[in-house]
Amino acid sequence: MSVNETIASEAGRPEETIIPVKDPVDEAADAQSAPVEEGKTVGKPNVEDPKFKLRNVEVYYGEDRAIKDVSLDIGRNQVISFIGPSGCGKSTFLRCLNRMNDSIDICRVKGQLMLDDEDIYASKRDVVELRARVGMVFQKPNPFPKSIYDNVAYGPRIHGLANRKADLDEIVETSLRKAGLWDEAKDRLDAVATGMSGGQQQRLCIARAIAVSPEVILMDEPCSALDPIATAKVEELISEMSESYTIVIVTHSMQQAARVSNRTAYFHLGHLVEVNETNKVFTSPEHELTESYITGRFG
Amino acid sequence: MSNQSSQAEIVRNSLKRRYRKERRFRLYGILAIFLALGSLFVLFADIINKGHSGFVKTTVSLEINLDSEMMYLDDPTDKDQVSQADFVAPVIASLQEYFPDVESEAEIKQLGRLLGNYAASEIRDLLRDNPDLLDTTQTIDFLAHDRVSTYVKHADNPSYSIKLSEKQQEWVDELVEQGVISTSFNDVLFSRGDSREPANAGILGAIMGSLFTMLVTLVISFPVGIAAAVYLEEFAPQNKFTDFIEVNINNLAAVPSIIFGLLGLAVFINLFGMPRSVPLVGGMVLALMTLPTIIISSRAAIKSVPPSIREAAEGVGASKMQVVMHHVIPLAMPGMLTGSIIGMAQALGETAPLLLIGMVAFIVDVPEGFVDSATVLPVQVYLWASASEQGFVELASAGIMVLLTFMISMNALAIWLRKRLERRW
Amino acid sequence: MQTANLLPLVLVLAVVAYGLAYMRSRAVAAPIGGIRNLKALPTYYAARAALWCALPSLLVLAAWVGFEDRVIQGIVIATLPPDTWPESPGQASLILSQISNVANGSLNPEFVPEHIAGAASVLETVEDQSHNFKAALVLLVAVAGATFAWTRVSPHINARINVETTLRRIFFVCAALAVLTTAGIVFSVILETIRFFNRIPITEFLFSTSWSPQTAIRADQVGAEGAFGVIPLFTGTLLISAIALLVAVPVGLLSAIYLSEYASKRVRATAKPVLEMLAGIPTVVYGFFAALTVAPFIRDVAEAIGLEASSQSVLAAGLVMGIMIVPFVSSLSDDVINAVPQTMRDGSLALGATQSETMKKVIFPAALPGIIGGILLAASRAIGETMIVVMAAGLAANLTANPLESVTTVTVQIATLLVGDQEFDSAKTLSAFALGMLLFIVTLLLNVVALKIVRKYREQYE
Repeated sequence: MSVNETIASEAGRPEETIIPVKDPVDEAADAQSAPVEEGKTVGKPNVEDPKFKLRNVEVYYGEDRAIKDVSLDIGRNQVISFIGPSGCGKSTFLRCLNRMNDSIDICRVKGQLMLDDEDIYASKRDVVELRARVGMVFQKPNPFPKSIYDNVAYGPRIHGLANRKADLDEIVETSLRKAGLWDEAKDRLDAVATGMSGGQQQRLCIARAIAVSPEVILMDEPCSALDPIATAKVEELISEMSESYTIVIVTHSMQQAARVSNRTAYFHLGHLVEVNETNKVFTSPEHELTESYITGRFG
Repeated sequence: MSNQSSQAEIVRNSLKRRYRKERRFRLYGILAIFLALGSLFVLFADIINKGHSGFVKTTVSLEINLDSEMMYLDDPTDKDQVSQADFVAPVIASLQEYFPDVESEAEIKQLGRLLGNYAASEIRDLLRDNPDLLDTTQTIDFLAHDRVSTYVKHADNPSYSIKLSEKQQEWVDELVEQGVISTSFNDVLFSRGDSREPANAGILGAIMGSLFTMLVTLVISFPVGIAAAVYLEEFAPQNKFTDFIEVNINNLAAVPSIIFGLLGLAVFINLFGMPRSVPLVGGMVLALMTLPTIIISSRAAIKSVPPSIREAAEGVGASKMQVVMHHVIPLAMPGMLTGSIIGMAQALGETAPLLLIGMVAFIVDVPEGFVDSATVLPVQVYLWASASEQGFVELASAGIMVLLTFMISMNALAIWLRKRLERRW
Repeated sequence: MQTANLLPLVLVLAVVAYGLAYMRSRAVAAPIGGIRNLKALPTYYAARAALWCALPSLLVLAAWVGFEDRVIQGIVIATLPPDTWPESPGQASLILSQISNVANGSLNPEFVPEHIAGAASVLETVEDQSHNFKAALVLLVAVAGATFAWTRVSPHINARINVETTLRRIFFVCAALAVLTTAGIVFSVILETIRFFNRIPITEFLFSTSWSPQTAIRADQVGAEGAFGVIPLFTGTLLISAIALLVAVPVGLLSAIYLSEYASKRVRATAKPVLEMLAGIPTVVYGFFAALTVAPFIRDVAEAIGLEASSQSVLAAGLVMGIMIVPFVSSLSDDVINAVPQTMRDGSLALGATQSETMKKVIFPAALPGIIGGILLAASRAIGETMIVVMAAGLAANLTANPLESVTTVTVQIATLLVGDQEFDSAKTLSAFALGMLLFIVTLLLNVVALKIVRKYREQYE
């Protein structure tokens, strides 16, 4: 099975990573009779001193255009949420930011994607280095079938961030503490990580991501596989981390977007419809589609 | 944050080393594949290199004066006379015409050795079948002696040892020059059974033996394999015995083939008193060996029939057996056929179990039925490969080429069937 | 009448029974308002008649054929004068083969003792009678079965259920044949093995370091039993298998990794089937290659660098066997590597790991149990492989670890001991079955453990 087939068949993965939408949303959109103009995003797509500067981004899966002319800034040390109905392209867009789409053969990315004024897709750009700076947390918790300690230590080890065992111990402890997992895990660091609860596993994955001290953390629906209590813990964690990291989070839950993010971007059928301060998007959306979505008329 | 930027620095510095490792790892992978595919290539090249000359025969075409006096024979139908007659004399006489100065007894003997040992019997059989030819002159194509053949085909190949005397080599060169000795397509290979003489040996006997053996295998393993697969997939209750059957099938698939030979020897031959060396028993042993393969692939084929088809048929009131017979088996048939052909190809190449049930005998006659003594293609290859005369090596390689041709065609048929008939749900 | 003629005759009868029952069921249905008022379709009544006709008669035929020879032999032996009765099974088979040679004309009756010639004529009459009785009985049963089914074509009987139950039972018997085969294997090796251990103590078999069964030339020879220590055979087998695995595991594993992680779709689509061709090549071809090409090559190379090498070397057999089992390792590794969820790869790549780091540190450890299972299966394959070693490894039972010498293996000895004429009361022949038993047990253990590991591994990711 080739890599992209594997992804497609992976249960629980949102289908928008592969298949551009063909679902009832189409009709809903028509019903709204509010055509989305290509490249026209309402709200405030630009910010001062952005971490990411994204211009005219287009993503193709073979012939299908999954992301259509999206331009957006992501502010430094801010939390931005991507919301939108299933298959609107928000996960695809997220995966462009650390080039996780590279492993899909048929996926092509066009446009200008800048991280701190360096082109992410430049031919000289090193993916390994990029990903060390832009970490990612996935929808389904995916700890390696190793011990808790080894999971967190994996990144620092491959990058050679710790010279001595003591340094590594320290990185592991700090990361687990930041992820709020230290108290639960400190007595069983040698236990296999796959034996933890779903919420613990997801926080472990966050700890694993921050162990390499990334500048940005991408989160692809990090709470969709978790129960409400675990979700609350992860959300709390996101709020705490927003001081030192730039966080991009894809979510299905509008409440979550409202709770954790400074800014919110609304995607629809591969278009970026609206982006603004979170409270503005939720209290006074400018676009009709955004309004119908957040008031729950579709999606 | 300073922490973050210092870390980024460390990562950047480690990159060169890590990418070197990455390239090395990738290189190991490529090397591994090249090694494996290279071995396959070397294997094929070696066999074709050794075997292509097996498809060429060397003939000595002589004008023979079938003189009755020279042969001491005036009635070729009289058995007693024939057994006393000298059929070599006319051959020698004919050869002497090319080399009139050969007179000594020893040299005449050497001259006669240019022909295969069966030259005399070729004349005998010719006269037996056509008594009228006595006292006429006929042009007869004799098979050259194995050593002459080797000399003609491989004189400049150092890996063959030439066993002709210098005198003989001169004669052969002369005869080749005059067009008396020539090479042509080896039809003997495809029209005769085994022989003690490489030039006279053919694989027709082995091909027929393989054919009869495979027929028995097919007739047993195909229906039984499908029935077993259907039972296990569709009817078997969830119980210990079903589990036991499954464990047995999986293990049988990995039991060494020679063990099946022991089974055939102890049960079919010693217990049931069946004859040794016959395709019937060989086919039964191979059928037992092939069954697990067929069952496993048939089960996979049945599994791939979507439940919706079953539900649809059951929904209109079909019984379980009707669902199976009308829908599941026809829909799974391409997969079952493919698996069976691949299993049969495996059985065709199998040697070890057949050694134990006596299919390694030296058999000259081409078998005509399921209970005639026979050998099969891979065993024939084994026999020739272990024979001492070097002429058999090229025959063994030629036999391998024939065997591989059969197997590759069977596999190609399987692939074609799968492409042609398989449905995607 | 011969079995070969009887078989098609029974099948023809079955077809006739099918046709008759079909017509009768229609005839029965006509007065009661058509076939809709029958309990089953006419084809089922017909199929039931065919089954009734063919099944019992074929069972009778099989039973008769199975026991015919033994019964006839018993009768023939009983007609011999009591003082010439055979004393041992070996003698009996000798006498019987003489008798049947006389009977079928390949031995002139004048050359054998009178009682043999007499027995030969008895054999001929008994065989004739047996064939006639067999034909009569089988046909009778067939006709009786068909008649019975024909009379039972009635609108009140649901023939479909009968037919389906019978079919289901036939299917079951086919599936149970796998169990019978295993039982047959166990039975065939165990009986002779026990007889072998009655002559040679099991401790000597397992722990003695010398193997030379070929010394038993004459029964009255001193030490005629030879030596039956399995250790040199076993070490030979292990040595060759170890070399084979040393080749196959790295090559197979690395090619699987390259093909599943790095290769483009096109490369994968061509390289994989070609690689799998290696598994489809008959072992005799590998044997030929090992014996006639690789072994001489190794000997020449070894001599060129001043080493002494046998013309049949462990190395040649092991290397070629290694190439043969590459596809086993690679396709099983490919399966288990692909079974590792994509999320693991994503997780590692997202942390900035390179592909090889992901492979070595995440995927490989996760797939390790499955890979070990695959390697065990390959090992069992190597241990049980016969033709390569028969042709390339040799017959001398050397206890050595030098890969340039020749050794012999368990399978080679089984094959050599049982090719040609066998005497089933000599330790030499029986020892082959003891070796077979050993081989069966070892490979069975390897397979069971391997399959268990692989299954456990699959469940983990399902």
